[in-house]
Amino acid sequence: MRADRPPPRWGLFTLYVVSGAVLVFLIVPILIIIPMSFGSALSLEFPPRSLSLQWYVKYFTTPAWLRATGISFQVALGTTILATALGTLAAFGLVRGRFVGRDLLLALILSPLIIPGIVIAVAIYLVFARVHLVGSPLGLVLAHTVLALPLVVVNVAATLKGFDEAVERAAMSLGAGPIRTFRYVTFPLIRPGVIAGALFAFMASFDEVIVAIFLSGRTATTLPKRMWDSVLLETDPTIAAISTMLIVLAMLVLVLPTLGRGGSRG
Amino acid sequence: MKAALGWPALVAPAMLFLLVVFVVPIVMVLALSFSGPQIGLQHYARIATTPVYVRVFGNTLQIALGVTLASLVLAYPLAYLLSTLGARTSIILLGLVILPWFTSLLVRSFAWMVLLGQNGVINRGLLSLGIIDKPLPLLYSAFGVYVGMVHILLPYMVLALYSVMRGIDRDLLRAAQSAGAPPWRAFLHVYLPLSLPGVAAGSLLVFVMATGFYVTPALLGGPRQTMIAQLITSEINEAVNWEFGAALATVLLLVTLLGLTAFNRLLGMDRLLTRDA
Repeated sequence: MRADRPPPRWGLFTLYVVSGAVLVFLIVPILIIIPMSFGSALSLEFPPRSLSLQWYVKYFTTPAWLRATGISFQVALGTTILATALGTLAAFGLVRGRFVGRDLLLALILSPLIIPGIVIAVAIYLVFARVHLVGSPLGLVLAHTVLALPLVVVNVAATLKGFDEAVERAAMSLGAGPIRTFRYVTFPLIRPGVIAGALFAFMASFDEVIVAIFLSGRTATTLPKRMWDSVLLETDPTIAAISTMLIVLAMLVLVLPTLGRGGSRG
Repeated sequence: MKAALGWPALVAPAMLFLLVVFVVPIVMVLALSFSGPQIGLQHYARIATTPVYVRVFGNTLQIALGVTLASLVLAYPLAYLLSTLGARTSIILLGLVILPWFTSLLVRSFAWMVLLGQNGVINRGLLSLGIIDKPLPLLYSAFGVYVGMVHILLPYMVLALYSVMRGIDRDLLRAAQSAGAPPWRAFLHVYLPLSLPGVAAGSLLVFVMATGFYVTPALLGGPRQTMIAQLITSEINEAVNWEFGAALATVLLLVTLLGLTAFNRLLGMDRLLTRDA
């Protein structure tokens, strides 16, 4: 660090100030919602003059919010299972295989990361509307899996890339069949990637709003869809309480894989 | 090795799934966009000759470009600083970048509504400090859209730049300086060119993603900041003009695919398979 011949002091100072300001810009709008959600006034205020749990109470006692949350959990769980299964298998094939069309398949799987959600939502809506999959949790699971699949593939592929295949050959040469090798050697080694991929898939579905706007119909309103409907009309402070819970969920999901990884490393 | 047959078979379930739920629907959108009363380019002709639609496309590209530039200018110093820090500090600061990135887009847009509104946190703060005497029109304006979109896309730019900057050998800067270059010249002629792959990757990613934005401009912008995605939604959901909506979606898809191709040419798809890309 010392030998780096530091740039002039004012240069370094500017760098710190600008970077700090950018970090504040990124994090403060999210954190500011948290105290506001505990306000006791009838509208959101910062700082809140006195604290109360009224908006949390309202959320937990409004059947429509609870129903939407239930559907979101159901859809996110279904998406997680389907995307993790399909994505883990695909990641193996794509990282280890060298076959014709591999790059094309990879591009296809990853393309939902780049293609606008609105295009995917409209396309799936036009098809699902004809086969009665609008307004059903199943339709949402299928559509969300398209969006979640690349996240699983990217995460599992990342652990597979640093994987020493010699340990698998060792297990096999000691008499373990392919299934036992996968169960006791391969899977434990790629588990962090699978867990991270599954968590990403869960969050991608649980927070997803554009596909839900099209596919929720009247019978499968997800939490983000209901938040969207509410935010379009007014700034309902209940949204601040829900937002706070979603922010805490995001923090948990960010920290969980790190704990898992630390554990498996021993 | 059995793998010769085995590996493609592992990809097959995902492929089959994507074929049915993703490829077929996209192809149907394309097909629909050329139909309607009769087969042809009528919907595209209508887009190209109707001033409102041309303006919305212009808006969209302009906003996407502005958001990309703003993100680049804000992200570059931060990514540079992160790449020079020790592992422990940089992980904590990266967490501050990743947490917003991981937070629901709807929550973040809502947060900006609360901050920027007529009676919002910023206006009330400025009023009580006596800096302004009537609320500024921050929400439902171009300002709101830019702020909200930069906030959402900035983490992508920071991560793209950081992943490249971390790999730049800082001895090169030292070498340039010991050869007599002042720090700013060493930066301009050595560091900046080496960081360009990150600049290209981040900018393309942010630009392409920005063109498809829906939630943020719908919540934070006014009628004059209408973007393509909002137009598509109103054609499909309100006007129930599926063919025309499909044509609009196709044009947006085309813009995206151009960006994707450029990304692939410049940097290779494989980059996306590494965690930091």
